[in-house]
Amino acid sequence: MEFDVVELSRLQFAMTALYHFLFVPLTLGLSILVAIMETVYVMTNRPIWRQMTKFWGTLFGINFVLGVATGITMEFQFGMNWSYYSHYVGDIFGAPLAIEGLMAFFLEATFVGLFFFGWDKLSKVAHMIVAWLVAIGSNFSALWILIANGWMQNPVGAEFNPDTMRMEMTSFFEVMFNEVAQAKFVHTVSAGYVTASVFVLGVSAWYMLKGRHIELARRSIAVASSFGLAAALSVVVLGDESGYSASHTQKMKLAAIEAMWETHEAPAPFTIVGFPDQEARETHYAIHVPYVMGLIGTRSLTTEIPGIEDLVAESEDKIRSGLIAYDALMTIRAERDATPAEVRATFEDHSEDLGYALLLKRYVDDPRDATEEQIAMAADDTVPHVWPLFWAFRIMVGLGFCFIAVMASFFVMAQIKGMRFPRPALWLAVVMIPAPWIAAELGWIVAEYGRQPWTVDGILPTALSASHLSVGDLLITLAGFVIFYSVLFIIEMGLMVKYIRKGPQEDVEATEVWMQKHERRMRSSGEVSPAE
Amino acid sequence: MILYELIDFDVLRVIWWVLLGVLLTGFALTDGFDMGTAVLLPFVGKTDVERRIVINTIGPVWEGNQVWFILGGGAIFAAWPPLYAVSFSGFYLAMFLVLAALILRPVGFKYRSKRDGVTWRRNWDWALFVGGAVPALIFGVAMGNVLRGVPFHLTEDLMPIYEGGVLWKLLGLLNPFALLAGVVSLSMLTMHGAAWLSLKAEEPVAGRARAYGAKAGIVAGVAYALAGLWLAFGIDGYAMVNPVPADGPSNPLYNEVVRGGSWFAAYAQRPWIAIAPIAGFVGIALTVLGLRAGREASTFLASKLAITGIISSVGLVMFPFILPSRTNPDSSLSVWDASSSHQTLFVMLVAAVIFMPIILAYTAWVYKVLWGKVTADDVTGESHSY
Repeated sequence: MEFDVVELSRLQFAMTALYHFLFVPLTLGLSILVAIMETVYVMTNRPIWRQMTKFWGTLFGINFVLGVATGITMEFQFGMNWSYYSHYVGDIFGAPLAIEGLMAFFLEATFVGLFFFGWDKLSKVAHMIVAWLVAIGSNFSALWILIANGWMQNPVGAEFNPDTMRMEMTSFFEVMFNEVAQAKFVHTVSAGYVTASVFVLGVSAWYMLKGRHIELARRSIAVASSFGLAAALSVVVLGDESGYSASHTQKMKLAAIEAMWETHEAPAPFTIVGFPDQEARETHYAIHVPYVMGLIGTRSLTTEIPGIEDLVAESEDKIRSGLIAYDALMTIRAERDATPAEVRATFEDHSEDLGYALLLKRYVDDPRDATEEQIAMAADDTVPHVWPLFWAFRIMVGLGFCFIAVMASFFVMAQIKGMRFPRPALWLAVVMIPAPWIAAELGWIVAEYGRQPWTVDGILPTALSASHLSVGDLLITLAGFVIFYSVLFIIEMGLMVKYIRKGPQEDVEATEVWMQKHERRMRSSGEVSPAE
Repeated sequence: MILYELIDFDVLRVIWWVLLGVLLTGFALTDGFDMGTAVLLPFVGKTDVERRIVINTIGPVWEGNQVWFILGGGAIFAAWPPLYAVSFSGFYLAMFLVLAALILRPVGFKYRSKRDGVTWRRNWDWALFVGGAVPALIFGVAMGNVLRGVPFHLTEDLMPIYEGGVLWKLLGLLNPFALLAGVVSLSMLTMHGAAWLSLKAEEPVAGRARAYGAKAGIVAGVAYALAGLWLAFGIDGYAMVNPVPADGPSNPLYNEVVRGGSWFAAYAQRPWIAIAPIAGFVGIALTVLGLRAGREASTFLASKLAITGIISSVGLVMFPFILPSRTNPDSSLSVWDASSSHQTLFVMLVAAVIFMPIILAYTAWVYKVLWGKVTADDVTGESHSY
C-alpha cells in the first residue's frame, strides 16, 4: 500500500466507521427489545419483566455511550479528512445529516438520560413511553444516515452547478425516497435487530447453562427468538432487494461482488464459491448454480446482467464524454456570464459524466491532456478489488442463513411447554454471539469498499475527495484513534463481561418492594400527570 | 419544487446565519455547563460522594446537551458546506483533540461509578476534567483565530489549502490573542458550570462552586474586556471591496476582500449591535453578584445572558464574514458566498421549523421532571446513578 494521504484518510475513515458500527447495531436492536420488555412489564405488572428491563437496559447503556461517543467522530470527519468531498456534495449530503440530528439524536439522547434516572420520577406508563422514544430515536438516526449513504451509492436528485463548482440538490424528495436508501435502511436496522437478538439469546443461554437467573433467561430467549426470527428473515429479503436495486444502479459493484467478468447470456448463473483472479479476469475453481444470479439480480429470465469487461468499456465511453463536459466547464469558469450559450448546452449534455473525467486527475493535472493509455487505466480503475467483495459477501450471506436457522429452532423450542433447551443448542447460542458483528462489518465492507473508486458513485472519485493534509497529520490522528479506541474497547468489554457475570442488579423481591413504593409515591403525587 | 422561492435566497442566508449563532449559543448554554461542571469536579468535590453528586447533576442531561454540538456540525455541513470543509480540515489536530476530549467525557460519566477502585475513580475524575477543560479552551482559541483570519486559500476548483506544516497548524493557533480568547471561553464556561452546580447540588458542593464561580466570572469579565480592546486596536478587520450581491452564487472567489481597518467599524455602521457586548458584561456582573449572594435560578439565567451576549458579539462584529482568510483575503467565506443552494437552505429551514419547537418542548419537560437538587441520598441510594 502506498502511504499517501488519500490511502491513510481512507484507512482512518474505515477504521473509525467500522469501530462505530460495533456499537450501533446493538443499540438499534436492544433499544427495541428493552422497550418490548418494559411494555410487557407495564401490561402484566409482573416484577420479573421490570427486572429484565433493568438488566438488559444496563447493558444497553454501556453499549449506547460508546455508540454516541464514536458517532461524534463520524459527524466531523467528513470536514476534517474529506474537505473536498464536503465542499463538492455538502449541499446534498449535509441535509440528511443535519435532519438526523434534529429528528433522531436529540430524541434518543434527551430521553436516554431519563430512562436511567427517571424510574422514581415517572409513572410506569410514562417511563415506558420514554423507552420507546429512545428506541424510535435510534432507529430514525439509522434512517437519515442511510439516506445520506444511499445518495453516495445512487446520487439522485442533484446536478452540477458550474458557478459554485459543486453538486446541488434539485429534489429533496428524490434524495429522501432513493430506492437504494430505503432498501439499505430496512436491511441495516434488521441486521441490528438480529445482532441484539443473538446477543440476548447468547447471554441468556449462558445463564441457562450455568443454572443462573433461569426465569429471566427463559423469558429473554422467548422474546429474542421471536423478534430475531422476524428480523433475520427481513435482513435476507431486504438484502435481496439491495441486490436487485444494485443491478440497475451500481452495476459494477454487483458484477464485482459476483466476480462476473463477462456478460453471461440471461439468466446468468450464480457462483457459490471460487477464487477470483483480478489480473486474469477469471474465477478459478468456480462452482456455479445456473439461472440463480439472473433471477436474483433482475427478477427475470431474459434481462442480461453486464459483466466487468463490458462495464469497463462503458466507463471508457463515459470518460470521453466527461472530457467534453470538463472542457466546457473550463470555458464557463473562465468566461462566467460571458460564456456562449452553446458551450453551456454542451456542458449540460455531458455533465452527467463529468465525474468520469475527474478519474483522470490521478494521472494528470488537466484531464484534457490525458493519453489514450491513461484513459484506459482510468477506465480500469472503475473496477473495485473483486476478491474481498466476493468473499465478504458470501460469508455475510452464509451467516444470514445461519441466523435464520438458529432463531427458528429457538423459536420452536420456546413454544414447547416447559421450554427445555438441549445443552448443545445453548452452547451454540453462546458461541454465536460474535457472528452478527462479523456479518455487519462485512456488510459495510461490501457496500463501501465495493463503491470504490468513488466516494459518490460516478460523481466524485475518492482520490480527489480528501483534505489537503500532510502524512504527518494523518499519522498522528491515526495513531491517536488506534490507541484511544483500543483502550475504550478494552474498558467497554470489561464492563460488559462484569455486568453479565453479575446478572440482574435487583432480585424479584426487591423489585416487588420497589413497585409498591413506587405505586404509593405516584398515588400521593396525584398520578394524573407523569411530569409531577 | 418551486416552493423554495417563497423565501428569497438572501433572506434564507441571513436566517441560517442567525441559526448558526443559535446553535453555537445553544451548545454553549447547555453543553457549556457540563464542561464547566467537569472543570470544577476535582475542586468542589472532596469526597467520593461529593464528586458523585457533581457528576449526577449532569448525569441525566449531558447526552442531550452534547447533541447541540453534533447538530451544530451537521447544520454547518448542510447550510455552510464551505465553512464545514475549510474550518474542520484547517483546525485538523485541534479538532482531533476536541473529539478525543468529547469522547472521553461521556465515557467518564458512564463508566466512573461502575467500579469501586479509588484509582479507577480518581483517573476518571481527571479524565472528566480534561474532557471539560480542553474543548472549552479550544473553542475560544478557535474563535480568536477566526477573528484574526485563518491562513488558507481556495484553488479555482474551490479546494481549500492550508498554509503551514503539521505542528505549525496546531501551534500556530496558540497566538496570544487566541489564547486570551481561550481564557474568555474557559472562564466563562467555568462560571456557567458553577451557576449550574449552585442550582443543582447540595451543600457543601454548591457553596464551593459559588466561590470558584465568582472568581471565574471576574476572570471572564476582565479577559473579555481586554480581548475587546485588543480587537479594537490591535487586530485587522476585513471588508468587501465592492458591494456584493446578497443572492449571488456561493463561490467565495467571486468576491474581492481586503484586510485592514478594524472590526470595530461595525459598531459605527450598526450601533445597535453594541447590545451584545453590553449583555455580556451585564450578564457576567449579575452572575458574579448572584453567586456571592447565593441566588440560584436567577444566577443561572444571568450566566446564560452573559454567554449569549459574548458569542453574539463575535458573530455580529464580523458580519457578513464567517471565516476570513489571513493569507488570501479573497478566499474569505462570507454569508453571501459560502452557503448551500437556495433549495437546500429552504428544505433545512422547514426541517428546523418543524423540529426545533418539538426538541425545545421535550427538553424542557425532561429538565422539569429532573427538577430539584441532587443529594447525597440520591447518589448513595440508587444503583443506577453515576
